[in-house]
Amino acid sequence: MRIAVVRRIGTQLLLGAALLASARPAHAIPAFARKYGLPCSACHEAWPMLNNFGQTFKDNGYQLGNDRDSPIYQQPAYWPIMFRVSPTWHRESNNRGAVDKVPGDASSGLVESTVTQSGFDVGGIDIVTAGTLSKNISFFVQPFIGNSSAGLSEAWVRLDNLFKSRWLNVKMGKFELDEPISQERTLTLTNTGAIYYNYFFTPPGDNNFFTGIGNLQLGAEVSGHSDNDYTRYSVAVVSNNNGATGLQASQAYNVYTNFNQAFEVSGLGLQRIGVYSYVGQSPTFYQTSGGNPIPGTGMGNRGFYRVGAYGQWYVGKFDFQTFYEHGHDNVFLGNAVPANQPSKLPAGAAGPSWNGGFVEAHYDYNPRLILIGKYELIRMSQQANPSIRANAGNLDTWTVGYRWYPIMNPRAGLAWVQEYSRIVNAGPPTLSGKDDINNSFLMGFDFDF
Amino acid sequence: MRIEISLTGSAVFFFLVSSLTTSAQQTRVGNLVGNVNHGKALYQRYCIFCHGPYGDGNGESAPYLDPKPRDFTKATFKCRSTLSGSLPLDSDLYDTISRGVHASGMPSWKPLLRQERVDLVAYIKTFSPRFQEEKPASPLVIPPEPPASPESVKRGAELFQSMNCWLCHGKQGRGNGPSASSLTDSKGYPITPFDFTSGTRFKCGESDQAIFRDLMTGLDGTPMPSFADALKPDQVWDIADYIDALRTAKGIPVEAPAEPKVEPKVEP
Repeated sequence: MRIAVVRRIGTQLLLGAALLASARPAHAIPAFARKYGLPCSACHEAWPMLNNFGQTFKDNGYQLGNDRDSPIYQQPAYWPIMFRVSPTWHRESNNRGAVDKVPGDASSGLVESTVTQSGFDVGGIDIVTAGTLSKNISFFVQPFIGNSSAGLSEAWVRLDNLFKSRWLNVKMGKFELDEPISQERTLTLTNTGAIYYNYFFTPPGDNNFFTGIGNLQLGAEVSGHSDNDYTRYSVAVVSNNNGATGLQASQAYNVYTNFNQAFEVSGLGLQRIGVYSYVGQSPTFYQTSGGNPIPGTGMGNRGFYRVGAYGQWYVGKFDFQTFYEHGHDNVFLGNAVPANQPSKLPAGAAGPSWNGGFVEAHYDYNPRLILIGKYELIRMSQQANPSIRANAGNLDTWTVGYRWYPIMNPRAGLAWVQEYSRIVNAGPPTLSGKDDINNSFLMGFDFDF
Repeated sequence: MRIEISLTGSAVFFFLVSSLTTSAQQTRVGNLVGNVNHGKALYQRYCIFCHGPYGDGNGESAPYLDPKPRDFTKATFKCRSTLSGSLPLDSDLYDTISRGVHASGMPSWKPLLRQERVDLVAYIKTFSPRFQEEKPASPLVIPPEPPASPESVKRGAELFQSMNCWLCHGKQGRGNGPSASSLTDSKGYPITPFDFTSGTRFKCGESDQAIFRDLMTGLDGTPMPSFADALKPDQVWDIADYIDALRTAKGIPVEAPAEPKVEPKVEP
């Protein structure tokens, strides 16, 4: 039983890693800078991370409201398209790799060893076209081209300022949820430090099809904001397909809500606090044909939720982003047991629960240089069953780095990036059962045009 | 000893001059005081690509913008509450930054903190020595607005013609007067008179008071003159009512009087 659980955990970690690798940040759109003649720094604290002006522009449906928004004001040759590429050199090291005792001889048995990989790399290319189809109708389309794969990252259309009100905007398609702190706009690139693990966390042994709010989701969103964007809300109804096209999981729907409020503190800057929740249901089994699940026929839905609070705090040139999450999955999801076969639940089974959070700090030396530090943790508070070690799933990760922007103009941006990241997984499926530690170092260019 | 005294005297003199200069440059909007250094950092982040590193409107994006970005070194600003030719108040510059300038590349910077906008005003003022040498004139006092009526609109329409507004703005306020095609701003760039029937927003504010103010102060740097000396406040309100009627009609022209029989003149 324990071996099976451990194997399942290993599989999930691999799947998670694959998901994370494809969850590459993308959103910095020099096509807008070209359209309006503004530099990257007007909308981005450091691209791709938005400042309040950029967030307002985005929330207004990619419109500045200065009568230069509609496509008819652009030259016919203007095409709102951009690409982003990150050629880097990086080194990855794992201290608990399971390797053959004699390389090439699978029968020699597995031993634990440090596994190190390094070299030049290019993660893939993001192509984004976005803007306004007409006044108050905005769109965003982003295919992703990886080294050996391609796919649709995002595609949506949005009706903006309905009834001439900023408080009513409707979006439909595949999009990034209005996350507390945008995953798509993270400043870090390393394999282990580029993502917010809380956004993608699944407990050990869990088979919830939903793997986190960090995934781009398919659905519809209603949102609104005040004139200066100090008050914002969004409510999204999404299919429980985890963003996968083709109606793969179930006919269940999940609801994501986010509300945040900003306020000025004299001498410090803009502060923002918010709360969010993701509540949904996920299938525990499917209709089958010859024993094989039929995609999209998920049944035996059981509930889960993610809730939390966050803040963005500015102290002069420093800013801190703080995030807290509490998550819970139903016992059937947590133990990967079909809800129509409750007898298969192990003794002492329970719905897994956990808490997590992160603190990310930036020092904005000037528009061309930003220093970054991040610490994130996850702690399991309730495992799905007693056979799973209490600390399995726990993790700690640190990331430090900087981005320097030698080129930042209304047409393009080029950043030189150096980062180091370290992640410690407690109770992972290593041979020795000791902590699994990954170190990642990256340096290179990140540019968009 | 003499040298020491001389140096000390120079230092005191320098300190006094610096203090006076700082005082003359101090920027205040409400209870917020602008910080030039903070303003400079913000300017480099948000403004420099249009207005340029020297504030002369020659930023990297300027060649592609129409209308051209403001040249701060001239200290000539369209949107003011002071009479024509005077420097603007700090609050005028603050309002322009907050509101943006419609139908131009200048967006509303309202998402910036109020303090940040005041800091920007403080820095923008450093580009022209006029802000050290002169003080803005007293702001225009806007009298109470009389209620608009069909009669006031009619009187305004007549004034619109008799004061030759139509030469630029067209006899029905469509911005297509006989002079329209030849107008330039103070830097020689072509400039288009406002089409009141377009329903779009004014550059310097939407309210009736803003229209009244624009008529009284004129828009410095453009051919739009001040009518402060030519019209009485009630007459200016009448024109404001007429303009408001043209805007409200959103393209449906208010019945205008017959075209006056005067030879069109191109304003310098």
